[in-house]
Parts: sequence; C-alpha cells; structure tokens
Amino acid sequence: MASHSESIIREPLITGKDITYAQITNDVLRPVENMPGKAWWIGFSVASLGACLWVFAVSYTFWYGIGSWGLNKTVGWAWDITGFVWWVGIGHAGTLISAILLLFRQNWRNSINRSAEAMTIFAVICAATYVVSHMGRPWLAYWPLPLPNQFGSIWVNFNSPLVWDVFAISTYFSVSLVFWYTGLLPDLATIRDRATGIRRKIYSVLSFGWTGSVKTWQRFETVCLILAGISTPLVLSVHTIVSMDFATSLEPGWHTTIFPPYFVAGAIFSGFAMVQTLLLVTRKVLGLENYITMFHIEAMNKIILLTGSIVGVAYLTEFFIAYYSGGEYEQYTFLNRFIGPYWWAGCMMYGCNVLMTQLMWFKKIRTNIPISWVLSIVVNIGMWFERFVIIVISLHRDFVPSSWAMFYPTWIDVSVFVGSIGLFFTMFLLFIRVLPSIAMAEVKLILKSSSEQAKLKLIKSGHLEGEQVEFYEESLTKFDSVDITDYKKA
Amino acid sequence: MSSTKYILGLFADPDEMMHGIDTLQKNSVPIYDVYTPMPIHGIEKKLGIKDSRLGYAAFMFGCLGGTTIFSMAYYMLVQDWPMNIGGKPAFAIPDFVPITFEWTVLFTAFGMTLTFFYATHLFPGRTPRVMDLRATDDRFVIAIDAQGNIPHEDITNLLKEAGAVEVKHNDRKYVSYE
Repeated sequence: MASHSESIIREPLITGKDITYAQITNDVLRPVENMPGKAWWIGFSVASLGACLWVFAVSYTFWYGIGSWGLNKTVGWAWDITGFVWWVGIGHAGTLISAILLLFRQNWRNSINRSAEAMTIFAVICAATYVVSHMGRPWLAYWPLPLPNQFGSIWVNFNSPLVWDVFAISTYFSVSLVFWYTGLLPDLATIRDRATGIRRKIYSVLSFGWTGSVKTWQRFETVCLILAGISTPLVLSVHTIVSMDFATSLEPGWHTTIFPPYFVAGAIFSGFAMVQTLLLVTRKVLGLENYITMFHIEAMNKIILLTGSIVGVAYLTEFFIAYYSGGEYEQYTFLNRFIGPYWWAGCMMYGCNVLMTQLMWFKKIRTNIPISWVLSIVVNIGMWFERFVIIVISLHRDFVPSSWAMFYPTWIDVSVFVGSIGLFFTMFLLFIRVLPSIAMAEVKLILKSSSEQAKLKLIKSGHLEGEQVEFYEESLTKFDSVDITDYKKA
Repeated sequence: MSSTKYILGLFADPDEMMHGIDTLQKNSVPIYDVYTPMPIHGIEKKLGIKDSRLGYAAFMFGCLGGTTIFSMAYYMLVQDWPMNIGGKPAFAIPDFVPITFEWTVLFTAFGMTLTFFYATHLFPGRTPRVMDLRATDDRFVIAIDAQGNIPHEDITNLLKEAGAVEVKHNDRKYVSYE
C-alpha cells in the first residue's frame, strides 16, 4: 500500500521538498508542454545533421553496393557488423532495467526505465539498419523469413545462427516496443487530459482511450509483470544468439564457448554506459535532478563496475583457454591482439573496458557527475573496440599467411557509423520532446514511501533510532539535489 | 428528481481515498468505479474485483507460438525439404530451440497485450471516457452512480468526512466528449 513507510537507512529515490503528485506531472511534462530550450535546438541540429549523413551514406551503399565499404577478401566483415553488435549491445540496458529490475523489485528503476526503454528501441533500430544495408540488396531482405517461394520451396535453414538472429532481434525489437508503449499509455493519457485543441486530439489517439479505472490498472499490472517475466530470458537470449553468429564458426578467436555469457555481460555493460551518457545530460537539461538522483547514478555505476568486471574475467578466461588449448592458431590470434599491427585497438579494448571501469570502486568517482559521464563514454568507446578487435583482428590474420591483410575503412564506412549515432540522438531528442521521459505513474507510486520528504517526516516524528538517522543523513551528503543543512537543524 | 448522474469524490491522497471507499461501503453506498493516476494495490480486493485472467491467456498464446514455429521448422526441414548436412539428422531438435523460444515469447507478448487491449476496450482513436480530467494527474476519484443512490447530500458528506478535497455532482457521465 501507498502508505507503507520504508526503512530509514534506504536512500531516497525522490529528493526535494514539497513534491506532490501534481508537481511530478508538471516537472516531467515541462519539456513536452513547452517550447524546447536552446540546448535542445543545438543538440537536435547537430544530431539531425548526423542523421542526414547516415541517410546519404546508406543510400550511397545501396546505389553502389557493398564495394563502397573497405572490405576485402580476407576481412569480409568489419565496421558494419561491429556497428551492429555495438548497437544491439547498447539496446540491452532498457529491457534489463524495465524487466529484470522489475522482477527484483528495484524501485529505483521507476524513474529511469522509460528513457532507457526508448533508448533500447532506437539502438535496435540503428542495429537493424546495419543488417539491411549489409545485405547489399535490401529489396531481398525478406529472404531470411520462412516464406513459401519459387526456388522449389527451399526453406530457410533453422540450423543457422544467422536465422536465429533474425528471429531473436525481430522478437526483441517488437516485444520491447510493446512493453514500452503499453507502459506509456497512462502517461499519454495524462498529457491528453491536460492538453487542448489539436494536441489533445493527437494524444487522445495515442493514449488508446486510457481512463485509469481499477480494472484497467489491475490488468495493466498483470501485463507488465508477465512482459517483464518473458523479457528477462528474451534479453539474455538476444545477445547469446548474436554471439553464436561468431561462436559457431571455426575462426580462431571466435569459436569459444564463453561467448554467450561474455557477450551478454558486455551488452549490459555498454547499455548502462549509454543510459548514463544520456541521462546525466538529460537530467541537467530538463531539470530532473529530483527524480534521477545521485542514488540512481551511483547504482548504475555499480552495475557498470560489476558487468565491466565480468567482462574482464571473460577476457582473462579467453587468454587462458587460448594458452591451455594448445592450439597454435588460437594462441597466435590472442598474441596478435597485442603484438600485431592492431595492437592499439587491443589496448583500447582492454584499457577502456577493464582498467578504466575499475576506477568505479572509488565512491568519489562513482558519485562525481563529470567523471561518470566521461567514463560512460570511455566504456562505449571500449566496447566498440571490443567488437572491432574480435571481428577484424581475428579475421585479418588467420590460417593462411599469404592471405593476411589489413582493413582500412572508407569514408562511407565512417559515415554510416557516425551517421547512425546522429540518427540515434535525433530519435532520442524527439522522444524527450513529445513523450514523457520519466514514467510519471510509476514515480508517483513511490512518492509516499521512498521520497526524501517522507523520510524527513519520519525523522521528525522522532521514533527512529539515532544511529540509523545518522547513517541516513550521512548517505545524503553525496546527493547534489539535497540541501544537507536542513538536516543539521532538525 | 435532480439531474445529477454521477457523484465524484476527489481525493488528493491514495490512503484517504481508500478510507473513503471503506466509509462508503460501511454505509452501503455502491461504488461505480475508481479512477487513479497510478495503480493502487489492495483496491481490487476492497471493490471485490476478481483476479485478472490474462496470465492464462498469456500461457495459451505462448504454447501456440512455440507449437507453431516448431511445427513449421519440422515441416520445412524434415518433411518438405530435408537437407543432408554432413550426414547429420534433419530433425535436429536442439537447433530448433532458439526459434521455438523466440516465438513463444513473441506470441505471449503480442497475444497477451492485444487481449488486454481488447478486454479493456483500448485501441487507437477510442474516445476517452474520462469522468474527471485530473484523475490522470493528481486526483484519486471515486465515482458513484447517482441514480438510485439518494440522498445525494449524505453521500457528499460521507466523502467529505473521509477526506475528499472536492465533491462533484456531474450531470454528464463523461467530461471528455466535446
């Protein structure tokens, strides 16, 4: 029940004095109901320029074919699949936050799940574009589907991980979309009921006629819980299957059984880093410091530290197994990451993903916003290099030394990648402009139990143990949105 | 007879609204429905609303999805066009697991959500049947069918006593129609 009061030693999830239900609505809907500020326009202009570059580069690829990329007969997979895996990995955090953290009853997910899910959807769109453009003949994109055809009806091969991948990514995208949109309905209804004229009409259509009656909420909660339950294995399956695209091959550096858990941990790692990159800016620009608090930032940094360390263990295991297997091709591949011509890419991978994240052990760094932001970008750079190292370095020198080659990206390769980042940010900026970036209904749910004001009231009631109150006040010192002097007086 | 169709008790706090429901029920005033900006746990039990059966629907859709894709794979790769891949069996069950899992999830998600939309009459463009515009913002609204529930003043007083910040006597059921 809403009146349940939480233990005082838990940090608040909503800070600020005098936060009411109406205040939450006003704060969250401010960017939706008003004209955007200068920062938004600057960001949007830059991002949409990037998106235009993407449209151009992808069109160029379709027109002239895959030959416009820097691929050669040795390195037949490079920036395209690197970009694809990178984006799919980033697309893992949203569903992890909305599904797994819901099952674990982590209430702090309530204020970050909406934008993380949106980010998931945009990242998977970016990933999907790579798949289509990589085909070279995008008008044949329906070939991996099990459709009756005129080739004697020869069917798709369900033994192939590439076909599994088609199923996994398309299921993941559509289920994430359903999850996200169903969760949006109550908040869209809030916008509708406050709007007038044409905006009301638009949001009326979008909100499906939501009323918030008892039965609707009851079914809504059932749907969310079951969607969370099925999305949890789904999100783990997606990157497992992506990793099997590599792991079921015979390529040294690829055919290792550790790939599925290693890729899943890496995906969550990079996904949380991207959420951190976006939210640290969003909370500042949209003034949402009271809802996305230092607790959220630190919690995400802890997940980045955990998953980064899992990735580190996976790296060590890979090296050990390469040594222990006694296979000379396998051993060479891993040595080549450091002593080959791509040693700098290897250093970026291990340095950014393992060494830099270990800084998160220090609380001063975890709770420092500029450093967290920089580190989140470092992680994303590192994770891009991880895929580059696995894909290009393994391919460029394999069994036959006479066919060893280097990979040099063309400007189209670079433009498709840079452009996809522009596309991603364009979609995200449009999202925070027209849809509520925080799930209002879910934040309202924890206002009475987990907000700073509710806890202050508990302290003032004077029935709490002094030691616990002291512990709580101590934990508040890291919050940038809490005025600690109020507690000194109390 | 008064033209009031519905009496709305608007509460600012979910606990006070729960108290309002108790008060009304103690006085045998039937409640039409309750509209809240967020899910309130425990309210279904008070109003005697049965558990949602969407879970059963979800399970059935999941079974349907898994069966569909497994049968498709069986027909395509075993029955219709078996391929000799290094002499391995065409009916490679472990290889069918990933796709079977994916379609189980896919059918569960879509089937359940569409059932939810169908049962709750949610679809794009449906006219919102809203009794009070702040019920999706910061008001917890108890709606009482005014017909047959008289005297209205008593109900108003009960709601006010329970902590309602405002009591409305609406002549129209829904305020959202233009």
